[in-house]
Amino acid sequence: MAIISTAGLARTFRSKAGPVEAVRGIDLTVRAGEILGFLGPNGAGKTTTLRMLTTLLPPTGGAATVAGHDLLRDPAGVRRACGYVAQSGGVDPNISVREELVTQGRLYRLTKPQAALRARELTNDLGLHGLLDRKTSTLSGGQRRRLDIAMGLMHRPEVLFLDEPTTGLDPGSRADLWDLVRRIRADHGTTVFLTTHYLDEADALADRLVIVDKGVIVADGTPADLKSRYAGGPDAPLQDAFLAITGRSAAPQDSAPVAV
Amino acid sequence: MTIAPLLSDTALIFGRYARQTLRSKFQILFGVLMPLLYLLFFGPLLTGMPLGSRGSSWQVLVPGLLLQLALFGASFAGFAVIIESNWGVVERMRVTPVSRLALLLGRVLRDSALFVFQAVLLVLAALVMGLRAPLAGILIGFAFVALLTLSLASLSYALAMKVRTPQGFGPAINAMAMPSMLLSGLMLPMTLAPGWLNVLSHFMPFRYLVDAVRSAYLGSYATTTMLYGGLVAAGFAVFAVTVGTRVFRTAGA
Repeated sequence: MAIISTAGLARTFRSKAGPVEAVRGIDLTVRAGEILGFLGPNGAGKTTTLRMLTTLLPPTGGAATVAGHDLLRDPAGVRRACGYVAQSGGVDPNISVREELVTQGRLYRLTKPQAALRARELTNDLGLHGLLDRKTSTLSGGQRRRLDIAMGLMHRPEVLFLDEPTTGLDPGSRADLWDLVRRIRADHGTTVFLTTHYLDEADALADRLVIVDKGVIVADGTPADLKSRYAGGPDAPLQDAFLAITGRSAAPQDSAPVAV
Repeated sequence: MTIAPLLSDTALIFGRYARQTLRSKFQILFGVLMPLLYLLFFGPLLTGMPLGSRGSSWQVLVPGLLLQLALFGASFAGFAVIIESNWGVVERMRVTPVSRLALLLGRVLRDSALFVFQAVLLVLAALVMGLRAPLAGILIGFAFVALLTLSLASLSYALAMKVRTPQGFGPAINAMAMPSMLLSGLMLPMTLAPGWLNVLSHFMPFRYLVDAVRSAYLGSYATTTMLYGGLVAAGFAVFAVTVGTRVFRTAGA
């Protein structure tokens, strides 16, 4: 069952130098409970697509449905169903972990007791136990990231959007975060839509990869699938497939789809 | 959207920012410093001067200082949004179902509460300096401070969401606040001005607010001055909150 589907989703920015087509037409289907890796070189349109799907940015073309809600007609429904963890996180450094979590829950219209209970539950679950009364600025990088994810999970969303969730984390924290994402999906059936620059992360975590370049999807498949198709075999490094697909290497030109 | 979620969302946002203010004594008291300095070191210069007004010079100066407090305090409110934008807080709130109007109202109501509190401190200091004015007039003055803060803070947040850098925001606000202060006759009444300046000042909306508060401080409530002041303040507030909500609803990349 598709939990996200888009048709021709596009966004053009106006600039002084003329229109910039950041996203030119994304046709995408995400199944419920899937962990989808959304990859692409810098400037490919990953974050713009994510911002459209989370209602932060109105599309200039196309349509999309997220968790049964039409993106254009029912943005409030989309917001209720989704959690979004931006690259920069989004907590005030001077506020305590508890206050940020409870306020976040109440922004999603939980009652005060519900939000307080959920904050305790999530901090225990995400290894933030005992940090509830600390200011967010005192957390380590890995703890901060888990707090950001807890913020996105307060209202038990059906879909969790993660924008480059492990950027800046040490290897141990990255591995912990991968486990956490797998656990969220296993325990709650949450659909996870994540963008990343790290191919090892995409390879280890995602059921399926969608690769975008210059604002359109240029490849779509399981990691093994893409490696077989573009890099010569299922055991090839994903990096080779990625470079062949995005045309950023000396890979055989006939293996690279034309990215218009 | 129905009214109940709007009210509870507004209370939630107000609470968040009110707690933020209460954590900082500096923020609570700093805004009152500039008008207080004017009161102490400029006010005494006016006591013997003919200001073309009934009543004492304090009844002319204090209304001006109250609106100066609101003008400078509220205009710079947007700085907080620039900082929060950089932390990602604004965006994180905008992906929740919270009412867009509440995101604005919660903030500007906190600002109104803060600047009315500072206005009370200023009036207490002015009473020590020699101000005597009817209580009703003083309360009307606070209402104008609240309404002007609401308006200017809304526009300030809207501008901050558009400009997004302190380097762009600070000079833009200064460029608007200084002429507003001078042309509205905050320090000295515009009735002292030569004809051309007096005419020019009538195009500055804040002039009507200052005149109204001065009228209130003299105990004249049922006057056309009060009527114009009230209408301009209310109209400006409706305009500013509309603009602010629009920006909070649509602010993109």
